Amino acid sequence: MGDVELIGDEEVEVVATLNGKPLKRRAKARQHLADFLRQELELTGTHLGCEHGICGACTVLIDGRTARGCLTLTAQISGKSVETIEGLSDNGRLAELQQEFIARNAAQCGFCSSGMLLTAYELVQGGEKLSRSEIREHISGNMCRCTGYHAIVDAIEAVLAKGSR
Amino acid sequence: MKARNFRYVRPASLQEAYRTLAEAGGEAVPIAGGQSLLAGLNMRLSSPKVLVDISNLVELTGQSYADGMVRLGALTRHRDLLSSAIVRAHLPLLAEAAPHIGHIAIRNRGTIGGSLAYADPAAELPACAVALGATLVLGSAKGERQVKAEDFFKGLFETDLRAGELIVEVKFPEVPTGTSTGFAELSRRHGDFALVGIAALAILRAGEIESARIVYFGCVDRARVAASVSAALSGAAVPLEDASPYAAAIRNDVKPDDTPGLRADTKLHMATVLTRRALNSMVEQRTAWAMSS
Amino acid sequence: MASQAASTGIGARIPRRELKRLLAGHGRYIDDIRLSRMLHAYFVRSPHPHAKLVSIDVQRASRAPGVAGVLTAVEINPRCEPFVGVALHRAGHRSAPQRLFAAERAVWQGQPAAIVLADSRAEAEDAAELIEIEWQPLPVVADQFQAIAPGAPVIHHGMPDNLAFDFTMEQGEPAKAFAEADVVIEEELRFERQMAMTLEPRGLIADFNPSDGSLTVIHAHQSPFQMQEIFASHLGIPEHKVRVVAPDIGGGFGLKLNVHCDEIATVVASVIFGRPVKFCVDRLESFVSDAQARDHRIKCRIGCKRTGEITAMEIDDIGAVGAYGMPMRFNVAEGMMAVVMTGAPYLFDSYRARTRSVYVNKNLIGMYRGVGMPFACIVGELLTDLAAHELGIDTVEFKRRNYRPKSALPCVTPGGQRLETVSFHECLERLVELMDYDKLRQEQRELRGRGIHRGIGIGTFCEQTAYGPPYYGPSGAAISTQDGCTLRLEPSGSVRCLTSLTDQGQGTLTAVAQIVAETLGTSVDEVSVAGNDSAISTYGGGAWASRGTAIGGEAALRASTVLKENILSLASAITQTPADELSLANGQVINSKTGLSVISLAEVGRIGYFRQDTLPKDFDVQLSVNASFVANDKPYYMANGVQASYVEVDADTGFIRLLGQWAVDDCGRVVNPLLVDEQVRGGTVQGIGAVLFEECIYSEDANLLNGTMADYLVPMAYEMPDIVVSHVETPETSTRLGAKGIGEAGLIGAMGAVWVAVNDALRPLGARITHQPFTPERVLDALARAKPAEPPVRP
Repeated sequence: MGDVELIGDEEVEVVATLNGKPLKRRAKARQHLADFLRQELELTGTHLGCEHGICGACTVLIDGRTARGCLTLTAQISGKSVETIEGLSDNGRLAELQQEFIARNAAQCGFCSSGMLLTAYELVQGGEKLSRSEIREHISGNMCRCTGYHAIVDAIEAVLAKGSR
Repeated sequence: MKARNFRYVRPASLQEAYRTLAEAGGEAVPIAGGQSLLAGLNMRLSSPKVLVDISNLVELTGQSYADGMVRLGALTRHRDLLSSAIVRAHLPLLAEAAPHIGHIAIRNRGTIGGSLAYADPAAELPACAVALGATLVLGSAKGERQVKAEDFFKGLFETDLRAGELIVEVKFPEVPTGTSTGFAELSRRHGDFALVGIAALAILRAGEIESARIVYFGCVDRARVAASVSAALSGAAVPLEDASPYAAAIRNDVKPDDTPGLRADTKLHMATVLTRRALNSMVEQRTAWAMSS
Repeated sequence: MASQAASTGIGARIPRRELKRLLAGHGRYIDDIRLSRMLHAYFVRSPHPHAKLVSIDVQRASRAPGVAGVLTAVEINPRCEPFVGVALHRAGHRSAPQRLFAAERAVWQGQPAAIVLADSRAEAEDAAELIEIEWQPLPVVADQFQAIAPGAPVIHHGMPDNLAFDFTMEQGEPAKAFAEADVVIEEELRFERQMAMTLEPRGLIADFNPSDGSLTVIHAHQSPFQMQEIFASHLGIPEHKVRVVAPDIGGGFGLKLNVHCDEIATVVASVIFGRPVKFCVDRLESFVSDAQARDHRIKCRIGCKRTGEITAMEIDDIGAVGAYGMPMRFNVAEGMMAVVMTGAPYLFDSYRARTRSVYVNKNLIGMYRGVGMPFACIVGELLTDLAAHELGIDTVEFKRRNYRPKSALPCVTPGGQRLETVSFHECLERLVELMDYDKLRQEQRELRGRGIHRGIGIGTFCEQTAYGPPYYGPSGAAISTQDGCTLRLEPSGSVRCLTSLTDQGQGTLTAVAQIVAETLGTSVDEVSVAGNDSAISTYGGGAWASRGTAIGGEAALRASTVLKENILSLASAITQTPADELSLANGQVINSKTGLSVISLAEVGRIGYFRQDTLPKDFDVQLSVNASFVANDKPYYMANGVQASYVEVDADTGFIRLLGQWAVDDCGRVVNPLLVDEQVRGGTVQGIGAVLFEECIYSEDANLLNGTMADYLVPMAYEMPDIVVSHVETPETSTRLGAKGIGEAGLIGAMGAVWVAVNDALRPLGARITHQPFTPERVLDALARAKPAEPPVRP
């Protein structure tokens, strides 16, 4: 099949918005977004816990919604807006969640925290008052091995109670 | 767990996607949400030479309702099933199933086309499509054809998709008023693949099931109508006290294999329990609806 | 005056101080770090549990893009002294010597056979696929019983059989006591293999500098000192040229305490190439390479009088410990802890216990939170609960009657454990109140009448924490149980602390800051604490066996007490005030009587460092001090606690719902109640995971069948209960600080409580479940085996 070698590129040009700023970079086709952020852009706040979409440590926002960085090709973010823990921390949008998490020690080793905070952020954006059970359902795709989740639920509940976005 | 090398192409239109897939033969795979495909690539379970990105093709998007038919573009994300007023109004079974599909981050990206094409026997959407009597519209460089969902799933991870074909949209006749829908699954953790699941439609009259259309997932090798159970339940008195109306029939429809940590007989037992619970729950819902209207 | 110290000193609820940085995405975990000219490593491993390595050809792989080289046993093994995981003081303990790579043979699935070094991990993985390797499968010894069956294939040719260790102990007259018992309850318990499953997998960057022969290893490891000693002694590098530094670590739980041959091989690769080499385990790899835990079968029984006294207990344990003895940590610990700790909270005289460790063609068993103490808790709590029920005594009442009271302390248990400052009754009463035990029992009764099966389980435990020299010393393992603290008053009056402790999230460095701040009368914000580095601090241990605050905290207390004296002495010389009239508060040296500031710490620092010319000529300024601590004669500090679990079992599906969890812990003096609460909660969920979810599923011929995160079930938020925690404080009397360990308590107590709760729910149905984890299928099977008189399971 001589033709198939002419189809597609091993390296792609990515034109996107990253943490509010324009991004234009070349990336390997096979590189997933989490590795691209970590290795090419040195944004190491997005972590790899499993690389098959189960643990949630690699969660980022794409066009304002959570996505697994390890299950997204870098090439696929062209034309989209990506936000990471660093960006959302720098612009203060995570400040309330971070404050409540820290006050309750709702993190220990911190490895799950980037993904957990972004998932919690998506939840509090919704503005609804949720029960503890509903909060648990919302974060059920983010693995934490240290805290046992109780303090994390407390922290999210506290932010929801404040009612601010 | 770094994927093997491959090339990436993003066709600008559906026709261009068809041409690219035809040219590449079996060496290219389409990528939409990528939630199943990329996990497999990271684990080096497959080695396509080319990934054809169809996730921006506007021809595959959208949800509409007209003349009693709901049409969902193949790129309809699982998340859309939860937020769509059309789905809520006309396909309550999908709205009920969607929260069980993975987790929010997966639902934000995963698509109905991808789920049906992948045909995981433990997935929710193939079973729901069959239960709802959906029709898949398949397209390729050779043109379009339509296949009923109940004919689409051929075997374990095996569908009727031909080389170079894409799912374009899925057509669902709306669930008529008077028809009840039911959905239940057993999974070890919320969002996990189902050990055993059931998607059901039924017409319930006072104290009796007039007719039922049952589809299992998780304990079977593919989504298809459980013909024996569906027939056995027709005319059964409800609520079901036990499994006796269908206990023999379910052995025809659910023939699981032993898997690590879960034997075939356990799956069969769980499917039997779930059938009773799902039907009784549908009866309760209908009773509540009837009492409130 | 006291208020500022009180708000940030000992007893304050302060979050782990690293969280601000970590939650902003600014952690530096091992995979975040890169060094110039760094190579990436990927290992090729045996896919077979037991196989002859017939041939290996790395030619094509060596020439692949980005590859610097490929090494096999030929290059790697000679550069490392073999490991022999034998505890010298355990008579008869045997292990074959372990080399880093499989040479002629692989004896466990996952054992490394080659390492690829390349410019990127992806290229290393690509190249690995070009290695031509031929294996010839050999007969497999898959479990304990196969291992000790007559005529079983012997895994290691130098050994007479597969037995690593066989230990028996006896106290009192167990045969007589069982014969005279009115009630004897006997059970056989089965525990499947489990894993620590840290969210961040293992990793290290080895950086050998050929020009001066120095080695720096950035290592996600709980004990940099242990690894410094190992790299020096096994790789022949002078110890003072080895430095091991731990970065931010994404969870340890004992996994990252073990000696993994792939990590050592990474260091060897760096020595060979003279360049930094990074090895980060990926998740699929972790399933076949991480040290594992818990693979045991335990027969046990209890004898009681009709009046409710326990007359005797007995256990017979057999653990399948993998293919070799774990270096440094051995493979007898789980079994020995089960043997010595079973029944410890209870008054009884006669005891017989046996433990055997046997080799199988599986990965090595290593340290994982709790080690063997969960078994002791489960055996003791299950048997006492079953006995109580048999005798018609409420389980809490049974415990009240049979716990060792404070009046009996100090005492030695039949397992040989010394109990001094434990508080069984106090913790139990607190628990009963916290959970409203009577109300739950009533609720349980009412719901049973409606066919809803709820269970209540109590899990009492006592726990060896902070092991000391008598524990490791005789074993011959170069494990130091001391920890140290270097303190420096900075010229500006703040305080810098270097501790030999490490912190993987538990917050030990924060606790140390609190202790220093309190003693020096300053705010914790004025104290910085650095640790995790084998080169910068006094020699020490690190993090394991719940020891950080107890030992490292004591060292910090002693160092800060000495620094305080030196500061006051200098302040006295500067201000011409007698030192015994001075004390420290609010960052000032104050007059103890008036409370007024005499001189600030900053001023003391300025003069002490820059204006010694103004001091008396023979005055010796010592504003930097150093202290270590270890209790030479104490094998451990015994802590205790009790948990309760409230569950509901769906008898039709076998699914278990967790309705509530309560934990009361006595870890001695609590330095930081917030950190203690959260350690208990985290441990509790790991314990729940162990009882209900987690399992390494193997085929009959020892192939791992569920090696992904979709199939190995770590607890996620939805299924977990809220966990109520309360503390009792009975300080350790042999130290000034009085703290004991807390890191493992949550897991140990939870496992006992959930085991009993599920069985309590199944009891009226005539069923008992004793095979962990309690999957829905095992629950259904237990129900199916139930006595025929009970109602059948509804289909």
